[in-house]
Amino acid sequence: MNRTNWRKLKDKYMYLILVGTALSILSILTGIICFVLYSGWSALSWDFIFEPPRDNMTSGGIWSPLVGTFQLIVVSIIAVIPVGVLTGLYFSEYAGKGLFPKILRLAVRSLSGVPSVVFGLFGLSLFVIFLGFGSCLFSAGLTLACLTLPLVVTASEQAFRAVPKDYRDASYALGATKLQTLVKVVFPSAASTIITGIILSIGRVAGETAPIIFTGAAFYTSKTGGLFNEVMALPYHIYILATAGTNIEQTRPIQYGAVAVLLALVLGISSVGVWMRVRMKRR
Amino acid sequence: MIDSRNFSFANSGDKIASMVVHGVSALGLIVMVFILWFLFAEGIPVLKSVTIGDIFRSSDWYPAEEPPALGMFAIISGTLIVTLLSSLIALPVSYLFAIFTAEIAPSWLRNILKPMLELLGFLPSIVLGFLGMVVVAPWMQGSFEILTGLNLLNASIFLGIMILPIVGSLVEEALSSIPEELRYASFALGATKWETISKVVFPAALPGILSASLLGIMRSMGETMVVLMVAGGAAIIPDSIFDPIRPLTSTIAAEMGETPVGSAHYHALFFAGLLLFLITLALNMLSAWIESKGKIAQQ
Amino acid sequence: MLNINKHSSNDTKIQIETKDLSLYYGQDKVIKNISFNIYERMVTALIGPSGCGKSSYLRCLNRMNDFIQEARTEGEITINGSNIYDKATDVIELRRKIGMVFQKPNPFPMSIYENVAYAPRLFGVKDREKLDEIVKSSLEGAALWDEVYGKLKTPGTGLSGGQQQRLCIARAIATEPDILLMDEPTSALDPLSTLRIEELIRELKKKFTVVIVTHNMQQAARISDYTAFFLLGDLVEYNVTNKMFTSPDDRRTEDYITGRFG
Repeated sequence: MNRTNWRKLKDKYMYLILVGTALSILSILTGIICFVLYSGWSALSWDFIFEPPRDNMTSGGIWSPLVGTFQLIVVSIIAVIPVGVLTGLYFSEYAGKGLFPKILRLAVRSLSGVPSVVFGLFGLSLFVIFLGFGSCLFSAGLTLACLTLPLVVTASEQAFRAVPKDYRDASYALGATKLQTLVKVVFPSAASTIITGIILSIGRVAGETAPIIFTGAAFYTSKTGGLFNEVMALPYHIYILATAGTNIEQTRPIQYGAVAVLLALVLGISSVGVWMRVRMKRR
Repeated sequence: MIDSRNFSFANSGDKIASMVVHGVSALGLIVMVFILWFLFAEGIPVLKSVTIGDIFRSSDWYPAEEPPALGMFAIISGTLIVTLLSSLIALPVSYLFAIFTAEIAPSWLRNILKPMLELLGFLPSIVLGFLGMVVVAPWMQGSFEILTGLNLLNASIFLGIMILPIVGSLVEEALSSIPEELRYASFALGATKWETISKVVFPAALPGILSASLLGIMRSMGETMVVLMVAGGAAIIPDSIFDPIRPLTSTIAAEMGETPVGSAHYHALFFAGLLLFLITLALNMLSAWIESKGKIAQQ
Repeated sequence: MLNINKHSSNDTKIQIETKDLSLYYGQDKVIKNISFNIYERMVTALIGPSGCGKSSYLRCLNRMNDFIQEARTEGEITINGSNIYDKATDVIELRRKIGMVFQKPNPFPMSIYENVAYAPRLFGVKDREKLDEIVKSSLEGAALWDEVYGKLKTPGTGLSGGQQQRLCIARAIATEPDILLMDEPTSALDPLSTLRIEELIRELKKKFTVVIVTHNMQQAARISDYTAFFLLGDLVEYNVTNKMFTSPDDRRTEDYITGRFG
């Protein structure tokens, strides 16, 4: 065979390999999602969603872990929004060439790579023990807030940077101060991108398990409590049911149901964020 | 006419805003400092109970005994091996997938695949851990006639599935950022598509690809729930890919809850966290460095 | 009327024969039934206002339009006796015989040596000495050797704009093509670098047939033997350059050349 034909053949083989890989990956990943949703479907009912676990968690629903997960989302998002958005604002509007912005950028980047279980250790030593909040919703929520901080910072910085300089110049030219310009011009046009970042971090918070195991997640609580009580959380509830529950085999349907709800919740929230991001990029 | 009082008030508003922004943004740095501080403060005291040599050389991990044996050699090996194996599985596949998305797929398909990949990066690890434990482990145990389906291979596969979308997205971005002119230059010289991809586009995107790979390796190393549920949890050095292992992350997650605060075991777990933190930080910084090098080279 | 055979009487050989060629991008007909001959070892300049189809025509010659999903051609282009739009045409071999230089210098992000050796390697040259030889002669052919022979291992992207463009020329002639296509090769360069490239083109035509797209009429007048004037996808006039720039046959050519539009 001459060289050119061999080269063309190789090209064709590689094409097939690439298409084959892409197809198998897509089928594996969508297969996983479909399998979970399908397996969990039979357990799903209104009662399953709205009833708390009963009989040593061998029957009943997932209401309390679900509520706990929402509580964790609310606490962590309330904590992370001001810090994350203002840090993004700082990088975009205030940071100069000095040492502090450099170190801060390094810190945020490092934070994005810290393993989630290490966040758990940090939350345990700072919030639970050092600040004395104990193992509770508040500690776990703050720990999760630290985990998503880099995500919100990056999204906010990008959002602020995307605001055209003309807008600012126009505002300054009208005699507005920096604060007025930021509040009235920069913030409103950056808002939708920031919201996208926040939605994506909600998706992340809802699925995280490791950081809350020793900062506030409860094995079981009979009622939904306040800021300084332990909470059940859906991901941790699944972990408990699958590894430490009574009658692990027998409660499989409940486990699948819980996994399906979690997956639907996380992918549902995240896909809103991803969709918004795609739409904004196209514009 | 300008109201001078109002004017100076507005100015002081600027000053206050600037102070608030500076102060609040420092919190990110403070969190980072606290993480470092607590890991050192709670991790280093373990050296009162064991020597640093014992920690790194001994594989005896019996933290509940008196005196506790706190050798982490098997646990550290477990982390390194599962990270290595999952990367070997996931990285090549991620590259192929990214090449398909960036170079082969028509634009309508690329517009679907890219957001999809991004979305799959949000798959909660507990879901993957659950499937590894409940679906794949029994199947593996049955079809390979092995002691347990909860083992190194199973954990590596699911870690691989977890990092695939993350690495795939980033590599796709790196490939897409290579200017179209380079591809045309290569085609005009008589190169085939694959030759253009493998000899021009891929090498040109190498800094981005390396940096993405390091981030993937870092994620794989720091992941907890998958290994906690699927790796089997035996603190031994595996002889085969079907042996159970116990990496640093799952050791911390499994044992921290049952450990008295301030005990040697407690400090040992923080020490494990410190190790994990330092390695992942090094990977992260290396990745950031390569990324910035690549950006400078591209300009 | 345009007489395409007016100049075939002299002893030059036809290198590229275009017969009734049309090119469509989707519904748009961007080249409209053009026919003319390009002669061997001559510089042929394609001129015309932007969007006239001159670059698209150039890309037909090495079938680079294949990469545009909606592109479709009708008619024939015959090079070395065969129609390049024939099904049997080996596009890879075709491109080996036709070098191309682009508007913006686009050296690969690899060493100067590797840039030039890229295509010969693809076509199976493995012997180091032979490669060294090809790299040297190609760089000499592109008038770059004297400036870079001491730093062949350094990245090609580190050169100046003009040097980068000459490196791209060296890369294009490394497979010893018959034809060299140039798509506004000096439009991104400063006047001095432009001058050097123009000198080089005069040298290159001793070995290659050069087809150059240019928006610069002085450039076409300076370096080309033949000039083709395109307008809205039509080939309005094709003539010996001297004739074209002194007494064009077509009114529209005259208007364009004298700067009345474009």
